[in-house]
Amino acid sequence: MSNRLFVKGNEAVCMGAIAAGCRHYFGYPITPQNEIPEFMSRELPGAGGVFLQAESEVAAINMVLGASAAGARVMTSSSGPGISLKAEGISFMAGSELPAVIVNMMRGGPGLGGIDASQADYFQAVKGCGHGGYRLIVLAPYSVQELYDLAMTAFDLADRYLLPVMILGDAMIGQMKESLIPRSYDPPTDLPEKSWAVTGKQGRAQGNTVKSLYLADGALEAHNWKLHGRYQQIQQQQVRCETLGLEDAELLITAFGSAARIAKTAVEMARQSGLKVGMIRPITLFPFPEKIYRQATERCRRILCVELNNGQMVEDVRLSVDRQAEVRFYGRPGGTGSMPTPEELFKQLQKHYKD
Amino acid sequence: MAESVTTVFERPRSLKPVVSHFCAGCHHGTIHRLVADALDQLGLQDQTIGIASVGCSVLLYEYFDIDVVEAPHGRAPAVATGVKRVHPHSTVFTYQGDGDLAAIGTAEIIHAANRGEQITVIFVNNTTYGMTGGQMAPTTLPQQVTTTTPFGRQIETDGNPIRMAELLALLDGTSYSARVSVDGPKRVAQAARAVQKAFEIQKNRGGFAFVEVLAACPTNWGLSVIEANERVSQEMMSYFPLGTYKDLTVSATGA
Ligand SMILES: Cc1ncc(C[n+]2csc(CCOP(=O)(O)OP(=O)(O)O)c2C)c(N)n1
Ligand code: SF4
Repeated sequence: MSNRLFVKGNEAVCMGAIAAGCRHYFGYPITPQNEIPEFMSRELPGAGGVFLQAESEVAAINMVLGASAAGARVMTSSSGPGISLKAEGISFMAGSELPAVIVNMMRGGPGLGGIDASQADYFQAVKGCGHGGYRLIVLAPYSVQELYDLAMTAFDLADRYLLPVMILGDAMIGQMKESLIPRSYDPPTDLPEKSWAVTGKQGRAQGNTVKSLYLADGALEAHNWKLHGRYQQIQQQQVRCETLGLEDAELLITAFGSAARIAKTAVEMARQSGLKVGMIRPITLFPFPEKIYRQATERCRRILCVELNNGQMVEDVRLSVDRQAEVRFYGRPGGTGSMPTPEELFKQLQKHYKD
Repeated sequence: MAESVTTVFERPRSLKPVVSHFCAGCHHGTIHRLVADALDQLGLQDQTIGIASVGCSVLLYEYFDIDVVEAPHGRAPAVATGVKRVHPHSTVFTYQGDGDLAAIGTAEIIHAANRGEQITVIFVNNTTYGMTGGQMAPTTLPQQVTTTTPFGRQIETDGNPIRMAELLALLDGTSYSARVSVDGPKRVAQAARAVQKAFEIQKNRGGFAFVEVLAACPTNWGLSVIEANERVSQEMMSYFPLGTYKDLTVSATGA
């Protein structure tokens, strides 16, 4: 008997989180991710956990900050406007070295924008939406199964490197129903103890302090070098990426998340018509798979970057190939009716293959 | 014959033996002591988690010998909620200034109270933003000169001082709301009782407990220590009357 389920992406990410031991969720409603708080409100109480609908995204992220400081695996979710409001809290968590999982099911913008799929929050996620210069690990799932799997990975990464991890999906992948095989969670045995968590001193000689303020001479610089070192470690150890047909490709297409799904179909169409097209799909947007791009450009000199925005990840692709390849761009900014079809991307591949 | 020696006054165990950074005549130090005394007397030090806010009291963790989380400006009640929901049997308090609690953090305090969050909130009302250099606070009195009300606070354009103890008492989730001051020995003793009660309520899982403390900021008021203390007793108290605005522990017993 197969344990295959048919669920929405928004539900899958919750199932992965709960399987990974997340028992605390704080959030505020916003389309297109409302199934996440709704699922958590149904499932967490029975699992011995806490669901709380906060008065705002600002409050929600600070509840996450508190729960994380208290040592719990904790999650919140939102979409663009709400992530903007969470930015201050995310910066405080990065500065305070606090793990958590934050889901952004992207919608179009700027402003209220729309509620359809978009990838316009790439910069916001990858370049740090808040102040002060920090990094998040950013994971970009492209299927319901991957949403489930990466939710587990996200909690492990957050606890390992002591920072918030963002799962960057969008309206399409959050709302879409697909089959899911919920594998069981296999906890890593080498995660660091949360000896820093606030619990009440409970006989400890020293009180634990969770803070991001460093006033003493040189203290903030030392703190930032420490964080920087951790980000470098992440870049060395945690790159995740899917590649296709790199061995003989004359043209590479690169895309993440929903755009990569459409691009993959276009690559199949291109291969069937005899075009040697390959693909790079970053699964981690930070750390960005720079080396994979650089190696690929040793033989393939043209990359077409496709995004559901007007060009954001393409900047990182250009930096990665360091002028060793020509990087072109095709994008649509999201909003109702702004989703490219596989045929549309196939035409783009034909065009960029030739000239 | 050995003389028997009794200690009549000592540093509370919940405070570290360090010198604070507070200005001369600042009431934050006194209020810290009242909180520490309450933790000592109720035997809570080892299970307490303090939430520091952004303001002159941000260095709470340098003074209190307890676990502390530093919250972003105004968000201490939300951070406290997160902590308390993970450790429901711990004692969680926030310590917030008037800019922090009654301006930028208004939503968080109202909703934490309204949910009946099992936390204790110590609210220090000194009618100004101390840490940033004496700007207008939501509690700044009419005509009070601050660095951003150089002609005095004008009600028509700057709005009215906000009375938080009264406001929070209106919420069903609030179990206890009181306003006290520390401008003299008798009032310090009254304040100590209110602070202690606010922690007792939490210990008994009695709901949300709030204590507003009127406080002097001689530095930003441009007054001497004595003058600043007198301003609390006179000007501040006439706008912010002391009293218990809600106490469910009393009505619950029919007293
Ligand atoms: C988001 C944000 N805005 C502004 C500030 C700057 N700031 C620091 S403390 C403070 C006001 C503190 O005043 P209050 O809460 O009354 O406490 P006091 O210093 O008087 O004890 C402000 C505005 C900040 N740290 N964060
Ligand atoms: S500036 Fe005011 S509130 Fe801050 S420490 Fe000095 S007297 Fe106290």
